[in-house]
Amino acid sequence: MSAPHRHAHRCFGVLAQYTSGAELLAAIEHGQRHGYTNMEAYTPLPMHEVSHALGHENDLPKYVLAGGLLGATVGFGMQYYAAVIHYPLNVGGRPLNSWPSFIPITFELTILFASLTAVLGMLALNGLPRPHHPVFSVPEFEQASRDRFFLLVPHYDPRFDADESARVLRASGALSVSEVPHP
Amino acid sequence: MSHAPQAPQAPQTPGPGGDKVIAPGHTLATVSDKITKIVLTRATPRGWYLGFAGSFLLVMVLMVSIGKLLVSGIGVWGVNVPVGWGLAIINMVWWIGIGHAGTLISAILLLFRQEWRTSINRFAEAMTLFAVACAVVFPSLHVGRPWLAYWLLPYPNTMSLFPQFRSPLEWDVFAISTYGTVSALFWYVGLIPDLAALRDRAKSKPWKIAYGILAMGWRGAARHWERYETAYLLLAGLATPLVISVHTVVSFDFAVGNVPGWHATIFPPYFVAGAIYSGFAMVLTLAIPLRKIYGLQDFITLRHLQNMAKIVLATGLIVAYGYAMEAFFAWYSANPYEESMLVNRMTGPYWWAYWTLLLCNVLTPQLLWSKKIRSSVVALFVIALVVNVGMWLERFVIVVTSLSRDFLPSSWDTYTPTRWDWGLYIGTFGLFLSLLFLFIRFLPMISIFEMRTLVPTEGGDEEGHG
Repeated sequence: MSAPHRHAHRCFGVLAQYTSGAELLAAIEHGQRHGYTNMEAYTPLPMHEVSHALGHENDLPKYVLAGGLLGATVGFGMQYYAAVIHYPLNVGGRPLNSWPSFIPITFELTILFASLTAVLGMLALNGLPRPHHPVFSVPEFEQASRDRFFLLVPHYDPRFDADESARVLRASGALSVSEVPHP
Repeated sequence: MSHAPQAPQAPQTPGPGGDKVIAPGHTLATVSDKITKIVLTRATPRGWYLGFAGSFLLVMVLMVSIGKLLVSGIGVWGVNVPVGWGLAIINMVWWIGIGHAGTLISAILLLFRQEWRTSINRFAEAMTLFAVACAVVFPSLHVGRPWLAYWLLPYPNTMSLFPQFRSPLEWDVFAISTYGTVSALFWYVGLIPDLAALRDRAKSKPWKIAYGILAMGWRGAARHWERYETAYLLLAGLATPLVISVHTVVSFDFAVGNVPGWHATIFPPYFVAGAIYSGFAMVLTLAIPLRKIYGLQDFITLRHLQNMAKIVLATGLIVAYGYAMEAFFAWYSANPYEESMLVNRMTGPYWWAYWTLLLCNVLTPQLLWSKKIRSSVVALFVIALVVNVGMWLERFVIVVTSLSRDFLPSSWDTYTPTRWDWGLYIGTFGLFLSLLFLFIRFLPMISIFEMRTLVPTEGGDEEGHG
């Protein structure tokens, strides 16, 4: 317990670079065999296999459903309130709660709220915006947005040890391995 | 004479990339470099400056037209008592319709896993956004006192009043503002990883900072991609019914009224098809010169253009069916007002608009049945322009012929747009093109990260099968 703690102060984690997604997947397996449970991968394109291999969970759809339901409630509720409670107007005895004519706005607000939840929820759950992150201080990391794949063993992984983790990653077929300094 | 092996077409697509979604030989690196280079290192072409200057001049026309309108009032337009809608509403519907192809390409084709959409979706989405921006100019000015346009929104006010939620015009406010918002979100979310790529490639500090702020610190973490893809897919799923609802609501503006020629159940599907039709025509109009000027034939291949041409043909047929049904309803209903509306359209003061519309929208697209014409980039460009004109005339016919002669001959009048009507319309072209020029100069016009998923060697996930 004390050894990883000491390292945590000088080092955010160890970052390895790979030239293909297949190599990255092999390295993830390699790292998991060495007991790392909290690794993070960086890829230039979305790869479901990677997040699957890392066992990431994704709650976003639930939030989006909730956002959509809220939008529907707000949309219909607003119109109901305006037409029935706030300013009831008798137009030739027609029903105050003329719900069919409230559907378009209810629908639009459902979509609006769900979409806003999808985008803002995605950003919030991802912890963005976050202009700086320790991995950016590794010069090669610029290639993560071009054609290189990276695997990070962060200091908060229970098995993290700067020297040992670097050894493991080097043995995983990495093109290069760098220590990520703590900010 | 020989049906030779679907041959040359070489000038447009060098190499065998003609029927592929991406030309062979590309890797993750070349795709990234080729697209970022356009924004970051390639010298701005002289044509860009000329094009932007011309467009900006038209923005000035827009400003003058708006200024004149605000100083003098709606009277500077040609609208009169029976024809209260005029060019303002025609142009709004036209621009909104053009925008719809962008959403269709980015959302519906994504859901159907049509990989070929990838290289055209980014600028099609940009086109949507800019078209919506142009569209909202018109109704906001048409309210007469634009500085009070916020009255359209439900907000707590001292008059203690809500807007009329039972009115299609109010539905329009919600539909179009939701559409604008969702289109902007969709576009921006799609840009985030590419903005990060630009941030990492940019040479000068100010650009690094600007792209860095916009990229919000995106670093391509697997955990982030997972949520990102979910959000993107959900947005696509939400935008799909939205785009259909928007033009449906726009058609309700007409169909809910009882004016002959408007009050028809065919309107919602017929408007949605017309919107997609004109939108794809506009994508073709923009994509054909862009790929030529920026040498993007590897990414926007002949296959893209042909697929879009097929969609133009298919939606064109739906639109033609709509025209036929309008005429059929008028006859079969035996309603004298509907019948005289039809006769008026064909032989009245605006007969030329009706017949030109049929020529543009029904006859011209039939050329697309021919594979030879679908393979000719020049022919596609010309047909797309004709369709754009035709769809504008369609809205002109619907709005003007119906309003100018409704039930009582004593209230009939004709409508002639004034120079301020045209100034405003031409001015929105300037707004649209200026925004488009800025977009292709400063942002990647093709989605880099999605193009990476098409690179065969490192395909990431084997997408395409579900």
